[in-house]
Amino acid sequence: MIAALEGPPIGWFDLSPLLVLLGAALVMLVVGALLPRWPRGLYAAFTATAAGATMVLAMVLWDDVSDQGARYLVGDAVTLDGFSMFATIAIAATVLLACLVTDDYLRREQLDGPEVYALYLTAGIGGIVMAMANDLVVLFLGLEVLSLSFYVLAASHRRRSAGQESAIKYFVLGGFASAFFLYGAALVYGGTGSVRYDEIVAAVNTTLLVERKDALVLAGVALLIVGLAFKVSAVPFHFWAPDVYQGAPTPVTAFMASAGKIGAFAAMLRVLTEALPQWRDDWRPVVWTIAVATLAVGSILAVVQTNVKRMLAYSSISHAGFILVGVEAAGHTAGEADPSGGVAASMLYLLLYAVLVMGTFAVVSLVGRTGDDQTDLDGFRGLGRTRPALALGMTVLLLAQAGVPLTSGFVAKFGVISAAVDQRSYAIAIVAMLASVIAAFLYLRIMVSMWIVDAEAGDDAREAVRTPLSTSLAVVLSVGFTLVVGFAPGWIVSAAEHATTIATAVAP
Amino acid sequence: MSFPILTALVLVPAAGSLTIAVLSERRAEWIKLVAVLVSVFTGAMSVWVLSSFETADAGFQFVSKHDWIKPWGISWHLGIDGISLFLVVLTGILFPLVIVGVDPHHDHKRYLAWLLLLEAGMMGSFLSLDLFVFFVFFEIVLVPMYFLIGGWGYEGRVYAATKFFLYTMVGSAFMLVGIVTTAVLARSNGVGHLTFDLVEIAENADFATSTGRWLFFAIAVAFAVKVPMFPVHTWLPDAHTQAPTGGSIILAGVMLKLGTYGLLRFGLYLFPEAARWSRPLWLTLAVIGIIYGAVAATMQKDLKRLVAYSSVAHLGFIVLGTFAFTSQAISGATMQMINHGLSTGALFLLVGMIYERRHTRQIAELKGIQKVAPIFAAGFMVVMLSSIGVPGLNGFIGEYLILIGSFLTARWWTVVAATGVILAALYLLWAYQRVFHGEPDEANRSFPELRAREAAILLPFIGLIVFTGVYPKPMLDRIEPAVDALITHVSEQTGYVAPDLPEPIVHEAAAETEGEEAQP
Repeated sequence: MIAALEGPPIGWFDLSPLLVLLGAALVMLVVGALLPRWPRGLYAAFTATAAGATMVLAMVLWDDVSDQGARYLVGDAVTLDGFSMFATIAIAATVLLACLVTDDYLRREQLDGPEVYALYLTAGIGGIVMAMANDLVVLFLGLEVLSLSFYVLAASHRRRSAGQESAIKYFVLGGFASAFFLYGAALVYGGTGSVRYDEIVAAVNTTLLVERKDALVLAGVALLIVGLAFKVSAVPFHFWAPDVYQGAPTPVTAFMASAGKIGAFAAMLRVLTEALPQWRDDWRPVVWTIAVATLAVGSILAVVQTNVKRMLAYSSISHAGFILVGVEAAGHTAGEADPSGGVAASMLYLLLYAVLVMGTFAVVSLVGRTGDDQTDLDGFRGLGRTRPALALGMTVLLLAQAGVPLTSGFVAKFGVISAAVDQRSYAIAIVAMLASVIAAFLYLRIMVSMWIVDAEAGDDAREAVRTPLSTSLAVVLSVGFTLVVGFAPGWIVSAAEHATTIATAVAP
Repeated sequence: MSFPILTALVLVPAAGSLTIAVLSERRAEWIKLVAVLVSVFTGAMSVWVLSSFETADAGFQFVSKHDWIKPWGISWHLGIDGISLFLVVLTGILFPLVIVGVDPHHDHKRYLAWLLLLEAGMMGSFLSLDLFVFFVFFEIVLVPMYFLIGGWGYEGRVYAATKFFLYTMVGSAFMLVGIVTTAVLARSNGVGHLTFDLVEIAENADFATSTGRWLFFAIAVAFAVKVPMFPVHTWLPDAHTQAPTGGSIILAGVMLKLGTYGLLRFGLYLFPEAARWSRPLWLTLAVIGIIYGAVAATMQKDLKRLVAYSSVAHLGFIVLGTFAFTSQAISGATMQMINHGLSTGALFLLVGMIYERRHTRQIAELKGIQKVAPIFAAGFMVVMLSSIGVPGLNGFIGEYLILIGSFLTARWWTVVAATGVILAALYLLWAYQRVFHGEPDEANRSFPELRAREAAILLPFIGLIVFTGVYPKPMLDRIEPAVDALITHVSEQTGYVAPDLPEPIVHEAAAETEGEEAQP
């Protein structure tokens, strides 16, 4: 008699944010390939609608878990809690904004088609799975789905050789990182006998702590950190970021810098604080060191660049350093019933930064003009005269990235600094703030180029910067969000804290 | 609840700035009209605050307090006392004068929008009683000032603006960590909950001695940069020299006071022990600033740079008075903040007028202007004498109070600082001599006389300079209660006893001399 293979029970509605994205991706691929080209803008509109639906569903589920409590899904492979819903909303928001920017970009470059959107959706799924995973193998699946989508996206501009080069570079280095991660997961499994976060914690309580033979696990933790640090482009695993960011099509760069960071940091936070809290005294100094190196290298190298996309790549490295400050703060109390603000501050930073960086790159994609190659500082010269509204929006976004008050960037920085100070990590807080001063120089340079530098001969002969509707909408949305959060951050701070409190309730 | 006048002082200019931003560039007259109306209205409100201020009340008045960011314990807490009152009024008066009187020459719309935003930021900084809110405004004023220097300044403007922004931001970096730490530690040391409220922390928090010192320095370094104290003053000559006239007036008039005001409000008040303990350092740096600023000013070839270095010296006096910890010295320092704002603001205005006429600021290229423009020269003379500190003008009152008050507790520093008064006479009179005396050469012969419009801008400055110099009582009456309250707070927290002026000894000495004279 053959026992019927019984799969684990699946809460279909609980997975609906993922399913909507998956369904939309399939529609884009199948229908998009079989039917003649859709009318202009429809691909983007469809994808954006799916992303919007995902956000709504995630909010409904968030409400649900705050009543019913967090729970494991699909044979305990993924966690449904406030944390994962917060990450889902953030990632869906970046997909939505990316669609707005990409639509105009693709039509300007005459590349309109469904593939890019399908890849945005699959990358989004990857990111969300990374944030939800309760299992190192599931996390790896999410990581690979995200990464593979990114590799292809980086090369999606078929006529730009820089894009192909960056895709290859990203692919090769990303493959290494994945291998490190996988090896780390294997070693942790070897040391604890499980790849599930909650079982790893339990295993330590029953066996490991007695004998304290955890060399295997420690090696595994180190390799896991390497793999994840690569994904968040932390120093010294950052070398791919400037090249890939510069080479990839600008909307894709924006998407990588936002969605990619959210997924990878969410995964890192979960792995470190939920699976490995017992080793927090071992990994926290590592995170501390990486954070300081990332802050310093990111800001200092950003200053000497002349290409704005490269500058923003280094600045995004520096921002990763800031988020790591939050991770370090979370490390002080990982696994305790009363969590520190570190997790909430990091998640808030991720959301606010994702919107910021989307808006910033949206402007860069417009200034890049046809061919997407006028992204040098010179390309911004005189933007204040020719496109004052666009330049003003960019100025707000840059000031926010610099952390000037009354913008979301300041709220984000204030959050992680408070979290660090709360845990008495004063040194890292000071380093972070000084790094942000160095980085401010870079944003000032772009502003100087837009507003102050005099026009040069030949400037008028350049192609004019066009401001098509949907990209402008993306800029307006992100500037508006930046200012609203800057002036009235209370609600979103509470939301981030609320979300992450539900998450920790799951941890045993 | 009464009308939130202080909130209005912040929001009205901000709203004006927004209005200008959305107006079309082509409506130049409208833009100007909005700017003038908004700034005059704000000035009128500040004067109304002055007139309805309770003279004898040492506490904060017109307080408005609302929750702002609840999860972080941040509240929109504004209030005014004798220390901030005149700074607010000065801000309210300077901005309309600058908007009416100084022509930026190009891009009026953006210029005026930035100026009004700057006014909102300045008002907010002087009024806020919440560490977070103060930091927000303290930092936000950088942005308009950066764009004013960078957009409308002279040849080296980009360098100067960037240097200004980054220097101040380095200070702010420490300050942000400092205030967050203050709030977090205050929660577990007496306050009981997370709050950034200045008064609550100052009255209830009880920091360990070394903690308090660390926090004090983290916060004070930002103010030291802003003042600017020697040796972090190097941004100032560049920023002042390259800034457009309007920017210089605001920068010298009110913005530098953020540093000295901050030291009083967030240094002495919040960390009295640390401020007392580190007194020798501050006094020494202040005295170095006085002498160094004066010597450097003497050697400048550029008239604007000379005035800029004179600011370093003058602000040294204010810091000296602040850290003398006597009622007279701190009252004098508070008063000197206003005096310096008036006299140096007016000096920058006049130097700006010279530049408009001659397109040079080099002292060597100016000569004999007194012959061709006597009224202009007379105006310059009055302002310059006020800056030197000649009795009968406002500068004297402040410097005298500072010196007399500091002499009680910081004798040798005061002795050295007093020579700074002489040096001020040296560099200013010498500059005046070179620029205004002698026979005008070819280029200066056609130097136009002061125009009615310019005179109308200059007269309020001179009027206030003379009025304060002759009759400082109304001002001191309002400043002193707040300063005494501050000294009492310091005494309560540290057990320090401020010395009184040794009045009886003065009388005895006088009686003795009389007796001696009578004998022969």
